[in-house]
Amino acid sequence: MEWLIAGVKCLLVILLVLQLSALMLWVERKGAALIQNRIGANRANLLGIFPVNLGFTNTLIADPVKMFTKEDYVPDGADKFIHSLAPFLALFPAIITFAAIPFGDTIELAGRSIELRAVGIDVGILYISATVAMGVYGVVLAGWASNNRWALLGSIRGTAQMISYELAMGLAVVSCVLLYGTLDLQDMVRQQGQMLFGWLPAWGVVYQQLAFILIFTAGMAESKRVPFDIPEAESELVAGYFTEYSGGKQASFMLADFAEVVMVAGLVTTLFFGGWQIPYLSSQGLALPGMAVITVSPLLVSLLQVAAFLVKVLFFCWLQVLVRWTVPRFRYDQLMNLGWKAMMPIALLNVFVTALAILLFGEVA
Amino acid sequence: MSPYLFYPLACLTIAGALGVVLNNNPVRSALSLVATLFLLAVYYIALQAHLVAALQIIVYAGAVMVLFLFVITLLNLSPDPADRTSPLFGAAALGSALLLAVVLGRALWATTLPGAANTPLPEGFGTTVVLARQLFSEYLVAFELTSILLLVAVVGAVVLAKRDPSPADMDAPAPGREA
Repeated sequence: MEWLIAGVKCLLVILLVLQLSALMLWVERKGAALIQNRIGANRANLLGIFPVNLGFTNTLIADPVKMFTKEDYVPDGADKFIHSLAPFLALFPAIITFAAIPFGDTIELAGRSIELRAVGIDVGILYISATVAMGVYGVVLAGWASNNRWALLGSIRGTAQMISYELAMGLAVVSCVLLYGTLDLQDMVRQQGQMLFGWLPAWGVVYQQLAFILIFTAGMAESKRVPFDIPEAESELVAGYFTEYSGGKQASFMLADFAEVVMVAGLVTTLFFGGWQIPYLSSQGLALPGMAVITVSPLLVSLLQVAAFLVKVLFFCWLQVLVRWTVPRFRYDQLMNLGWKAMMPIALLNVFVTALAILLFGEVA
Repeated sequence: MSPYLFYPLACLTIAGALGVVLNNNPVRSALSLVATLFLLAVYYIALQAHLVAALQIIVYAGAVMVLFLFVITLLNLSPDPADRTSPLFGAAALGSALLLAVVLGRALWATTLPGAANTPLPEGFGTTVVLARQLFSEYLVAFELTSILLLVAVVGAVVLAKRDPSPADMDAPAPGREA
């Protein structure tokens, strides 16, 4: 039974990430259309059957079918094995990252308490850093194995960018670890259930605005999307590191990028926006400040909390789409300057100030 | 650690380690090394050392090996021709490997590892709190010395990279990957 529960939880999380990533494909197009003042993504119609054009479902079905039925082309001088391996190495870490992120409180079901996250790993935040670090391999190997100069240039830019921004992200995470005093993401979310001054939810963003901006920015840089899409800059490098990929393999790279978008949204939600917490709502019931407690059944509370987590994640996915279609691409030197000369010193300063504040005023949480 | 986990894992790890040595292509060798280091992290997880596993992946399988691969792909090394190595070289390598195996085996034979017997784990084994307490009390000097060593390495790398390139280096054509 234990194994079954663990298996179902893992499957749920993998499906959640994949579904959200696929959904992002449509959200991205609709978002672009909205910002560019056009309708967009409304041409796919299933066999002309539907009287109403359900652009949403049809794009979700039509796009993957189109991509996976295309010719899978491997260039002549390529290292065939590694060329085929690279998309897997890009997609795999992006999907498994979500395993450490809690999507709900512990629920009591049929006499069992089930913790709502895929893997109860007590160094969750380091696990996320580790999987993000593994994501670089897909980029390096795709560029190298393609035997194409655009691809190699793209992969070199991509590696340099990902390593640089990992640094700022890691340092920003350190200040969060100092704040919560734990590496466990579930613990961090629990601590954000407290109240400040009796009415303000003690979410991470109340204490760590700088770290929030740093992690969100560095996360967007990790997912290699505009404004940080130097590795695949189409006006300079055709398509960068996946120039020589087509069909399903190219779709895997796209899916990996979208999975990273979902991961960044999940991480930011967990660290700074209370994860699955709904303000004033706990397993005891709804307790608005200065009012009597309204009892709500614990199971309903748990379900509401999972829904709240999903809504928050979707919001940050949407925010990333907005940024992606609003800000133009950085030049290479601007990108490196931002990472090394702006974000890293600010992150270091933030760690120092956080440590000092904890030393002077004691542990916050 | 369950034998159902250990033996398949051990086979995979040895296959990965052999791949490092036996591959002619440097990129594939480096990839095998990544796989080996990654699999080592799986042992740590199975042995309840989650923190060490995460650090193993972040530092070795992640940061160090990415830089290895980065350099190898930039150098554009061609696959090693097999006939370049003389039989003498092979014999010497085999001999030193056997010698190392004997020395390590003898050392293992002579010592009893405290964890080898099926003793119950102490409270909080492998957790970050316990490890950090050890690191900042019992092994503080070693820890601080290591950080000084790393600092020296970083400063040294910056000094080497900052050295003005001679004009001859600037004129040399950039190495490219030939089709």
